[in-house]
Amino acid sequence: MIKIQHLVKTYGSNCAVDDISFEIQSGETVGFLGPNGAGKSTTMNILTGYLSADSGRASVSGIDIMSDPLGAKKLIGYLPEQPPLYLDMTVDEYLKFSYELKGCTLPRKPHLDEICEVVKISDVRKRLIKNLSKGYRQRVGIAQALIGNPDVIIFDEPTVGLDPKQIIEIRNLIRTLGKTHTVILSTHILQEVQAVCDRIIIINKGKIVADEKTENITRVVENNRRFNAKICGPQKEILSMLKSLPGIVYAEALAEKDGDAYTYMLESEFGVDIRKKLFYTLSERGWALIGLEALGLSLEDIFISVVDKTQDAENTPRYTRNTAKKSKLRTRNTLEREMAENLIVDAEKKQEEQAPLEDDE
Amino acid sequence: MIAIYKKEMLSYFSNPIGYVFSGIFLLISAFACCFTTLLSQTYDTSTYFIIMIFALAVLIPILTMRLFAEERKMRTEQLLLTAPVTLTGMVMGKFLAALSLFLGNVALSCINFIPLYVIASKEREGLSYTETNIGPVTSQLLGCLIGLVLLGAAFIAIGTFISALTENQLAASIVTIAVILGFICIGFLSGLINIRWIRAIIDWVSVYSRFEYFSAGIFDFAALLYYFSLCFVFVFLTIRVYEKRRWG
Repeated sequence: MIKIQHLVKTYGSNCAVDDISFEIQSGETVGFLGPNGAGKSTTMNILTGYLSADSGRASVSGIDIMSDPLGAKKLIGYLPEQPPLYLDMTVDEYLKFSYELKGCTLPRKPHLDEICEVVKISDVRKRLIKNLSKGYRQRVGIAQALIGNPDVIIFDEPTVGLDPKQIIEIRNLIRTLGKTHTVILSTHILQEVQAVCDRIIIINKGKIVADEKTENITRVVENNRRFNAKICGPQKEILSMLKSLPGIVYAEALAEKDGDAYTYMLESEFGVDIRKKLFYTLSERGWALIGLEALGLSLEDIFISVVDKTQDAENTPRYTRNTAKKSKLRTRNTLEREMAENLIVDAEKKQEEQAPLEDDE
Repeated sequence: MIAIYKKEMLSYFSNPIGYVFSGIFLLISAFACCFTTLLSQTYDTSTYFIIMIFALAVLIPILTMRLFAEERKMRTEQLLLTAPVTLTGMVMGKFLAALSLFLGNVALSCINFIPLYVIASKEREGLSYTETNIGPVTSQLLGCLIGLVLLGAAFIAIGTFISALTENQLAASIVTIAVILGFICIGFLSGLINIRWIRAIIDWVSVYSRFEYFSAGIFDFAALLYYFSLCFVFVFLTIRVYEKRRWG
């Protein structure tokens, strides 16, 4: 559906997008994730024909955005970061204008009615846009993107500045849209992609650093290897027992204390479920296990490590610079780092698999 | 293009801008006509048109300053540029909207000439046939009106271009006033210069010297072409501004 090949865009000496390639299949909902200034918006702007790339190619349904911009733009509905609203128009006027601007051929009244119903703005259609709240404005922006029923819908940070209730509503809306359309969602909020997208592309400093199915990432995330265990009994003995228990690679007593119970952090070997064994071993000794809490890897941790990792690779003298700050992080986040490395390697492989851009001149 | 044209027309009248423009235009034209013809007791309208040309320097920026500057500031241009519309369509839609509002006002301001004809017909009553040339010269009037419209179109194109360069409406309007005044005044410079070839060049460039043919009631095809090419050049430049920004 969407094919992006070796896209490069520089602003002066600043390289905003640096050789990005990916493909999106029809019907996919893809999350485009990255810190501020990573090149998300630039990529979207190129894909929608607002900007031109220095080199590389972007096409929608096989239509190249550079050689046939009008044809490609017809297939895309776009909600930019700041919704492009004419504040002195009423919602109805604005939607009618967008309808005409896009040269939409669907019957106008039922089409607009339907869209207003979907994004829930039917009750404000007669009001001036400047009098609407941020949430409603965002919805009017989404309505605009839906006009003409385009195959591809692109949202650039659609939930920025909304209150939590509105965020949930917009996410639900995007999820519903994702069932019938190809959706690209750019954001720097992780829960959003986790909640909405089938696939996550992480981008940092203009490069793709990870490209993975959401379920793959979450599966790894949910494959718990770390626990906080609350155990009654003498701290030292329990700790040495835990350390000697087969299947446990790491154990540490935390400073938390609850009556005579201490909390310990455990990390198991990969693929080993130590919970039952832990329970029986402890009960044999007469130490009561009164709490066992799984410490899941959040997507956040992985994201941060992936981004950190790529930054590390660039800051070559890394040990001289941030050693003090990062050494702590390093011991604690070994697991995330491992995962991050895997993701980066995967992404690099995928990038390499992309065929080099053939010249047809 | 039609959608953008309609939207611009709508926004002229949902904003005060359209009313302000029409109000000032009609006020100036009415006063000018009143003072230069009725009060000076003459049927000669050439002074009226000179005043109107200078008035354009103030009036045209009102029409053009917001065309692109506002879109850029409000980020609404993103909607236009990502919609299936060509850049030419976008620029032409806006240019034509400003032009039609201007045309409408010029047409309305023709009311000012009615008293001249009425008075002239009164004056002719009872006079012999030899005196029928009393009254305004219609061909001259028409020529001047066509000239004024062409000149206005050229200025609108200039204003549109300047508006596309900035996102500050005030800056756009001030620069437009300066440029339009420059275009008008360069014609008066030629009277001060003795060197013939420089004068020839200035006369060739000047928007005003071209206008004089129309005011003499001569339909000058070269002048028509001149004004059209001014429009074309500046509309084209506006399109290039947007094309360039895409690559920026």
